[in-house]
Amino acid sequence: MRVALFATCIGDTMFPDAAKATALLLTRLGHDVVFPSGQTCCGQMHVNTGYQPEALPLVTNYADTFGDISIDAVVAPSGSCVGSVRHQHEIVAERYGTASLCGQVKTVKAKTYELSEFLVDVLGVTDVGAYFPHRVTYHPTCHSLRMLRVGDKPLQLLRNVRDIDLVELPEADSCCGFGGTFAIKNAETSTAMLADKIRHVADTGAEFCSAGDSSCLMHIGGGLSRLQMGTKTIHLAEILASVESRVHA
Amino acid sequence: MSAVTLGLPSFPPRSPEGAGFLRGAEKFPAAAHHELANAQLRRNIGKATHTIRAKRIHVTEELPDWEELRDAGSAIKTDVMARLPELLEQFEAAVIARGGTVHWAADANEANAIVTELVKTTGSDEVIKVKSMATQEIGLNEHLETQGITAYETDLAELIVQLGHDKPSHILVPAIHRNRSEIREIFLREMPDVDPELGDNPAELAAAARKFLRHKFMTTPVAISGANFGIADTGTLTVVESEGNGRMCLTLPKTLITVMGIEKILPTYRDLEVFLQLLPRSSTGERMNPYTSMWTGVTPGDGPQEFHLVLLDNGRTAALADKIGREALNCIRCSACLNVCPVYERTGGHAYGSTYPGPIGAVLTPQLAGMHGKDDPNSTLPFASTLCGACFDACPVKIDIPSLLVELRHQKVEQSGVTAEALAMKAASYAMSSSTRWTAAQKAAGLGRIVAGKKGKISTLPPPLNGWTAARDIPAPPKQTFRSWWDSDEGRAALDQARRGAHPDSDGKAEK
Ligand code: SF4
Repeated sequence: MRVALFATCIGDTMFPDAAKATALLLTRLGHDVVFPSGQTCCGQMHVNTGYQPEALPLVTNYADTFGDISIDAVVAPSGSCVGSVRHQHEIVAERYGTASLCGQVKTVKAKTYELSEFLVDVLGVTDVGAYFPHRVTYHPTCHSLRMLRVGDKPLQLLRNVRDIDLVELPEADSCCGFGGTFAIKNAETSTAMLADKIRHVADTGAEFCSAGDSSCLMHIGGGLSRLQMGTKTIHLAEILASVESRVHA
Repeated sequence: MSAVTLGLPSFPPRSPEGAGFLRGAEKFPAAAHHELANAQLRRNIGKATHTIRAKRIHVTEELPDWEELRDAGSAIKTDVMARLPELLEQFEAAVIARGGTVHWAADANEANAIVTELVKTTGSDEVIKVKSMATQEIGLNEHLETQGITAYETDLAELIVQLGHDKPSHILVPAIHRNRSEIREIFLREMPDVDPELGDNPAELAAAARKFLRHKFMTTPVAISGANFGIADTGTLTVVESEGNGRMCLTLPKTLITVMGIEKILPTYRDLEVFLQLLPRSSTGERMNPYTSMWTGVTPGDGPQEFHLVLLDNGRTAALADKIGREALNCIRCSACLNVCPVYERTGGHAYGSTYPGPIGAVLTPQLAGMHGKDDPNSTLPFASTLCGACFDACPVKIDIPSLLVELRHQKVEQSGVTAEALAMKAASYAMSSSTRWTAAQKAAGLGRIVAGKKGKISTLPPPLNGWTAARDIPAPPKQTFRSWWDSDEGRAALDQARRGAHPDSDGKAEK
């Protein structure tokens, strides 16, 4: 399959490891991974903060970049960006775009997937042959959970990782308090939510807190780092891309 | 708009400023700041919402057709909003035919004046009240007070709030922010003839309230209620409650005055079948609410002999006129969205500054009362959410609250004109709409490495970003963006190796 990687703006700039892992994982699984260099950002921040006309060029750019018919699927290591592509691009296009953009947006959104959805639903794989000998807890980010309904697909994948010690996160479904500009506009409330999330992460005794969204991990990681908790954050894709090295084998 | 547009109907009015409680004194972040500092409040609310949440999930999961019920509820309400004027006229005719009197109130001021006049006509200077959001919204008790009429709340939690000279903080559990010992103190201080030995267990507290209220029920000739539903084809009104105090008010007094928001209509009696299942399970996590009272006009020799219905607009037609905003009017005030909201859980209801707190309040309040400009506290409500979606999942009539919030943010930004934020967003949009410009911007972001210094993280940022760094670090941007890795020899080699079935980093990631 010819799979285009959508690295997302924050992934490209701040968390390249998640995008690298996605590219390497899908390549290892035998797919032809491409990185259309015209890509930038899905526009979620603009839409969610109330700037829909400003999101239009980003929606257009996304549709132009990934509209290429030789691309079978677009995969992003981010539940929230895929959520935006799926639920917000059409709204923006219908309101401010042309009829042809609306059509293009519909086509492109239908082939855009979050990583765990793509692996489980499209490729039908739950065991990606990963090896990760660490204690890990998983935070199912709100947008993956409720906008995309990825359900327990990430957990199905994690459960099949060799030597992983997967521990359940208490109150996993509750929001970490990030919410894009919410973390800045309502910094104190956001922090109060984060404090509870971090307490639950600490209770698991995990070495790694993983999730399918770099932005939530940046939030949780920012709190863990400030409190010098020792627990590290890691994107789901990075765990799934890890394999036992030849040296170990 | 100029005078030339004569003949075009103007936008329906919002709730007037300064009347009722649809606007707080402070913006949400500032109000939340006070509430967040109150550890007792957070404990009380956290405990109560977690308990109701668990009960709700239990009783909704046991119904095999819960999802279908939600769809039915949503469909009925959507239909109601589509033909509200017609249903209201049908309802009005039915109420009159059964001996009731119908009054139309355009806003809070009108509704308060109508009710005051009606009470004055009875000659009583005391009224008993059934818990009602509509009368709270218009500030009826406070208005009556200025007119020399004392209103007694008879719902236990409302009574606690009233005696505590406090404001309700939850739609259904107005005293959710109070615990037992706080309630005991309020009773001791405010109730006449209360036993000074009063304990703080629920039974003793309820007994004290009962004694106090019984006297009111037996002696007060006028009652004021709200309504959960009004049935268009029969003119029937419905109140659901748990304590039976509502039923006392609805049957004992000579005169009954009901203030009902115009969106509370259901087309037929049969529609109650859906809502009497949805409401109690969503609100208190009970299979059935203990008391469901219904009345239709007046019945000679039985119950109140005079019945007045005040139909309240107060910004509802304005919400209805907004294609997207009208979805908020589907709300049946069950409060399920409050109980699952992580923001409400931390800040409590007072931070929203409105009779309607929590996720639905953040939508409904600006819809009803407007958000006039950037200094209006209501303009901060649509942003008081992480858009986590828990409210949407919980709502029995499937109101897509996150999308409505996003829509209101859009409206707010449109109203605000040029702000620093708007300029930044425009600049970001420009930079991100072409990959060439974006790559250049990424290089500039790399400068963050200098700010971060050796420790590889950023712990202080200037305003407005200092809110983030008050409690969180930001990692330094990495040396290499993904796209430059992709184009590098290293990237190509790694992909080559992956193509051969191995990962170059192996499990080394963890040791990093
Ligand atoms: S919005 Fe939905 S969940 Fe919230 S109070 Fe209204 S009906 Fe209940």
